[in-house]
Amino acid sequence: MSRISECFANLKADGQTALIPYVTAGDPEPWVTVPLLHALVDAGADIIELGVPFSDPMSDGPVIQKACERALKNDVTLQHVLDMVRQFRDKNKTTPIVLMGYDNPIEAMGYAVFAEKAAEAGVDGVLTVDSPPEESSVLRQELDKYEIDSIYLVAPTTSAERMQRIASFAKGFIYYVSIKGVTGTAALDVSEVRGKLAQLRQYTDLPLGVGFGIRDGQSAAAVSEIADAVVIGSTLVRCIEEHEKRPEALPAAVAGLLAEMRHAINARDLASA
Amino acid sequence: MPELKFTDYFKSYPDKEGHFGPYGGRFVGETLMGAIYELEEAYEQYRNDPQFIAEMDKDLADFVGRPSPVYFAENWTKKLGGAQIYLKREDLNHTGAHKVNNTIGQALLAKRMGKTRIIAETGAGQHGVATATVAARLGLECIVYMGAEDVQRQAQNVYRMKLLGAEVVPVQSGAKTLKDALNEALRDWVTNVDNTFYIIGTVAGPHPYPAMVRDFQAVIGREAKNQMLNATGKLPDALVACIGGGSNAIGLFYPFIEDESVAMYGVEGAGHGIESGQHSAPLCAGTPGVLHGNRTYLMQNKAGQITATHSISAGLDYPGVGPEHAWLKDIGRANYVCVTDDEALEAFHELTRTEGIIPALETSHALAYVKKLAPTMSSDQTILVNVSGRGDKDMHTVAAMAGLSF
Repeated sequence: MSRISECFANLKADGQTALIPYVTAGDPEPWVTVPLLHALVDAGADIIELGVPFSDPMSDGPVIQKACERALKNDVTLQHVLDMVRQFRDKNKTTPIVLMGYDNPIEAMGYAVFAEKAAEAGVDGVLTVDSPPEESSVLRQELDKYEIDSIYLVAPTTSAERMQRIASFAKGFIYYVSIKGVTGTAALDVSEVRGKLAQLRQYTDLPLGVGFGIRDGQSAAAVSEIADAVVIGSTLVRCIEEHEKRPEALPAAVAGLLAEMRHAINARDLASA
Repeated sequence: MPELKFTDYFKSYPDKEGHFGPYGGRFVGETLMGAIYELEEAYEQYRNDPQFIAEMDKDLADFVGRPSPVYFAENWTKKLGGAQIYLKREDLNHTGAHKVNNTIGQALLAKRMGKTRIIAETGAGQHGVATATVAARLGLECIVYMGAEDVQRQAQNVYRMKLLGAEVVPVQSGAKTLKDALNEALRDWVTNVDNTFYIIGTVAGPHPYPAMVRDFQAVIGREAKNQMLNATGKLPDALVACIGGGSNAIGLFYPFIEDESVAMYGVEGAGHGIESGQHSAPLCAGTPGVLHGNRTYLMQNKAGQITATHSISAGLDYPGVGPEHAWLKDIGRANYVCVTDDEALEAFHELTRTEGIIPALETSHALAYVKKLAPTMSSDQTILVNVSGRGDKDMHTVAAMAGLSF
């Protein structure tokens, strides 16, 4: 069983919803990332989505675009990101890490080389936002060799037929994009998401995560009612941006924010137990 | 490397997933997948629909002014000494460039699909103007994304778009040029996917755009083939066109691809010189990768980050190129070369003074290569060069090079 599947199985046994923070690797400075990841785990992260910076993040809103720009100012490469994961794994062997980003940096490294290095570093899942299942079969085969999960997106515009196809390729969990739009721009509509998740569950037994548009404890708790995992991205990255000039205070501040979300989700999980 | 046989080209490329060999494809976020399948379906439905074709042909004739003439550049031919040079006059189209051939087609498609809102990206502003023009005529809301740097250097086109009723959004992210405008347009499309049609201006983006834009631009090559046969009794020996994304070049090349005697030259912007790193020549100096929905040659660093581009011409200032050009390069059907800013400027002045035609700076790159190519050919051979646009929009840039301002 992959580390991701194991994580979800344990949470399910405890009646808990997974909390998945997203941060961009190397933002605002490379040395911050590993301490930040540990702080996030301490604050209640179950899985971590680590963003691989890209020069042209077309699916992201201004908050994550700027995070990429800050990281790239320090020339953070995919190799550096893998090094960060390896360093994180020195102290943490259990929290799954999903790399999230765009195809091109992976293609530049080479799919096979990347898969091998990612496995070595301790990566558990890979989500390339601009590479739908149709275009990612080669990468998927390479990741499969090392039992790294290929995570796929489902969107409000995804047809039932496509849901089925995506579900047939997906591993680990399926990431439901809760809004039509880029990251960090609009608030989600819980009842609409509920309907889509119910539809998606007809085609898969995989856990379903929901992201894009979750901004505070309240919306996190609302989503935890209908999803197996809650993904928080731009809200945390905005906090990182605010601490750009004093990065030493950043891990505690971001972790504090995540802890609020954890608290809200736990309260909800308990209430429904 | 595949064998050099091009007789099956038309029925082979792209395949049904939009691939030209390893290039092309549909590399977009899941939210847009539905929209690009919907577009593909609509395009397949209407591309052979007699009513759609008739409506488009009528617009191309009465609104754009097609067919555009082919003109024998006698003075320039004499001056260069060598092959006879013919100019395909896309600069005479309404709005001043080849771009309108495509916007007419896509806007008619948008109307049939019931979309009420049009978005576009633009570099030099020619595609933005051509989009704003058709949107005004069809009464569609129009938003044009343009890099903040391009807004500065193409102020006149910005004003033209505003006159036509379009909203021009300056894009401040990244390098503030064409690629960033494309990113922003894609973000808009994701957000407003239900009512919005994205009119991409070049043969890039996810499938079906590269094939669809090519088909709309191929009117250039179809006309030119007949015109050359009428004028000279034979096919041209060489075609020359400038390449940013590559829509005017593929428009000219495509109908000739299976005519193996016709050499093809796509001319990229070498900027300050390839060795300077400040250029926009992915086919000459780039490597394959994925950007803006397709796999193609890109200007990128070893880590796969897209690098900054430079060209004197805003329309060439793009780090990628249409995937079909990438494939034509790999199979050896077309040759891709590049010329510097200075060489383009020199050709700009030379055509202006010898033929009384002021070309766009983009086009001037093609002309600069003709200056090199023509003298190597014999006087019974012919070169057909695509004059993709006129130079009115570049007066500020050219004047500034001479230390003048208006």
